[in-house]
Amino acid sequence: MNPRRKKRLTLAVALIGGVAAIASLLLYALNSNLNLFFTPTEIVQGKKDTGVMPEIGQRIRVGGMVTVGSMVRDPNSLHVEFAVHDAAGGEVIVTYDDLLPDLFREGQGIVAQGVLIEPGKLEATEVLAKHDENYMPPEVAEAMGQSHEKLDYNEEQKSGGY
Amino acid sequence: MWKWLHSYADPERAYKLSGTLLPWFAMLAISMIGIGTVWGLVFAPTDYQQGDSYRIIFIHVPAASMSMAAYMAMATSSFIGLVWQIKSADWAAAAIAPIGAVVTFIALVTGATWGKPMWGTWWVWDARLTSELVLLFLYLGVISLYASFEDKVLAARAAGILAIVGVINIPIIKYSVDWWSSLHQPSTIKITEESSMPTEMLYPLLINIMGFGVMIGAITLVRFRSEILARNGMRPWVRELAKAEGVK
Repeated sequence: MNPRRKKRLTLAVALIGGVAAIASLLLYALNSNLNLFFTPTEIVQGKKDTGVMPEIGQRIRVGGMVTVGSMVRDPNSLHVEFAVHDAAGGEVIVTYDDLLPDLFREGQGIVAQGVLIEPGKLEATEVLAKHDENYMPPEVAEAMGQSHEKLDYNEEQKSGGY
Repeated sequence: MWKWLHSYADPERAYKLSGTLLPWFAMLAISMIGIGTVWGLVFAPTDYQQGDSYRIIFIHVPAASMSMAAYMAMATSSFIGLVWQIKSADWAAAAIAPIGAVVTFIALVTGATWGKPMWGTWWVWDARLTSELVLLFLYLGVISLYASFEDKVLAARAAGILAIVGVINIPIIKYSVDWWSSLHQPSTIKITEESSMPTEMLYPLLINIMGFGVMIGAITLVRFRSEILARNGMRPWVRELAKAEGVK
């Protein structure tokens, strides 16, 4: 390789290396701020590395699994209340007043955005369903004991929601 | 060792070679995307959670993964063009950029269309979605840098540096769902372990991914050929070609 090419190669490699170093430092510094949501454990006990806890009145997102058997629905309105937990054992209560996404059900992963009104209680303004990376035909899912039932709303709830 | 490769950098030879390859790429792309799409949309089983809505995966995942692959191809060409000063490599990079931008756009739009019924929102600023949007802006930056210089050697150098710097975004897109909590789910297709999808869904998906790759290749060849002609308009072989085709 002639010296000019060698010089350009070194420059180009140095450029890539430099940018990679800057980007990794930047991402390292921003690390926890790039998370989309708090886990329930982080809301209850604070973040693992920094101990930062969301304050009452703060607008946050919480992500976790809807606890099976925790959902309470008001028969006359769209008001629902359910618990969200994570694998580390934390649990927060989420209240919500609008239509839930189709994928929502107990045991499903969700991300709720709202205001923390008291420790461990979130008044959500938006509930998004998270789905995992597993796809399978319904027959297979049934054989594995997993099924998915949609929520149904009665007429009163449908008309009262808007 | 690489001396034999250098002869292909000659514009005339590159033009002819890409002309020979083009029909094969085009045929392969049409048949693979045809088979993959029909198989995926009609014959693949429905999903237990998402029903038929999940079928957009057969467009979304190929577009998204190939948007990254196209970027790597563009950055590699730019790198070769920058270090070895091979003009054909610069032209190839310039040829890929707009195709990559369109494929990235397709990935973003199909992703949003999928997100609305499943997640309940068109868009959320999570790490995966944001970094893919940054990829679109990188493509647009490369395209506009290449377009804004009259001197194309200078233009290729400027655009090439941006393309190489932008490579850092590719691992960020790929691992965003593992490094941070996000609304977007982690990868279904895994290279080192078994994919979390039955084969009757996986095969059409893989065929479509390869089909998208070949399609990007085919369109790149078309654009590469016209880029060669545009940059070599004064060369005798181009003039002869024009005369033979009956163009003034």
